[in-house]
Amino acid sequence: MSLVRESLLIAGKDLRLELRSRTAVLSAFVFAVLVLAIFNFARDATVIGALDLAPGVLWVTFCFAGLLGLNRAFALERENRTLDGLLMAPVSRTSLFAGKALANLAVVALVEGAALPLFALFFGADLRPVIWPLLGVIALATIGFVLLGTLLSAIAVSTRFAELLLPILSLPLLVPPIIAAVQLTSRLLAQRPFVELAPWLRLLVAYDIVVLVITLLTFEYTLDE
Amino acid sequence: MTAIGNRQSSIGRSRVAVVIALGLMVAAAVRAIVFTPVEANQGVAQKIFYIHVPSAWVAFLAFGVVGVCSVLFLVLRDARLDRIAASSAEVGVVFTTGVLLTGPIWARPIWGVWWTWDMRLTSTLFLWFVYFGYLVLRGAVLEPGQRARFSAVLGVLGAALVPFIHLSVYLFRTAHPRPVVLNIEGPQLPGVMLLTLMISLAAFTLFYLALLWQRYAQASIAEAKTEEAARA
Repeated sequence: MSLVRESLLIAGKDLRLELRSRTAVLSAFVFAVLVLAIFNFARDATVIGALDLAPGVLWVTFCFAGLLGLNRAFALERENRTLDGLLMAPVSRTSLFAGKALANLAVVALVEGAALPLFALFFGADLRPVIWPLLGVIALATIGFVLLGTLLSAIAVSTRFAELLLPILSLPLLVPPIIAAVQLTSRLLAQRPFVELAPWLRLLVAYDIVVLVITLLTFEYTLDE
Repeated sequence: MTAIGNRQSSIGRSRVAVVIALGLMVAAAVRAIVFTPVEANQGVAQKIFYIHVPSAWVAFLAFGVVGVCSVLFLVLRDARLDRIAASSAEVGVVFTTGVLLTGPIWARPIWGVWWTWDMRLTSTLFLWFVYFGYLVLRGAVLEPGQRARFSAVLGVLGAALVPFIHLSVYLFRTAHPRPVVLNIEGPQLPGVMLLTLMISLAAFTLFYLALLWQRYAQASIAEAKTEEAARA
């Protein structure tokens, strides 16, 4: 079997499980809406305009909801010790990891896609004029987020306090894409020219590439031998 | 038994090194306080410079060692490299804490605030978070082989992504003074102060090496004892 087919098979298995139980996507989505709603109380509407706070709120929401979704991938396998089965299955480690990352990407993208319209609604932001560039920024930030998150969740799941460890390990390392995504979102919403976006876009792309390279070089060490 | 005995004497020697380094640090502090002129603009508050900057230097050195040892561990699989990385991360976190404590004490009289979201303050804070996480991870994995592999992966990630944290926070904003020593126009510090800083840097570096040695010796003993217990 080819690498692509194998990883799609693993991702498909994960997503089928997800579709039948709907636990991760649904709870992460409700959590995202909850965060968006609670941020409503962090703002004095007479002093701070909704759009001034909106980009930061959007990315804090995406980040926290995304982390919830990421815990799922390996926790699922650990519960019934099915990871041992997967490791013995005739698929390469690379396709196993790629499949997990793909499934994570799908779950996080789904949650983000569902939360985005609600974000526009709650913050009165008209996203239509900038929707394509905004989706591009979300895609770039999400790729780095999911790669790093998948790598770290493979580590965190085998430790004593998995759910707590994933955010502690990943949030500091996620600072660059979070800052870049917030800056890009606020500039897009303010319809600033492309030159003001360029440095942050470069940072985001460079981060994705570096995380991708490190992931490819090190993921094997995170799976048990 | 002899292996453990050897290591115990290694701990003894490392203690001597720690005491010598501490003595040098006291000497450097005395020189900084008594024999180095008071800075014209900042007054006595500037004296903390001779602790703050060497601490930051040691923190970077320590985390650099973590990064190098992590990469080497993944290639060579030598348990000693893992022990060096672990010991260095511990010492590094202690010195980063020192930077984060001395910074506000200095900032208050000079900038008028204890804390500001300046670029270097922010990135130092996140540096602390990254390697604090590294130590938490080490504490959360029980099996030594697994712990070594996991921490090495995190060590590599940290070394590669800390520059990104620095860059993103830099793009965000900065107000910190520009470097006065590693400056493109050469050091912009009067000779006496520069010499005091250099002595302080040397003393702090020695202190780092001594602490690293001691922690390494202790980790080796702990490992040897676990192995002995497993065999018994």
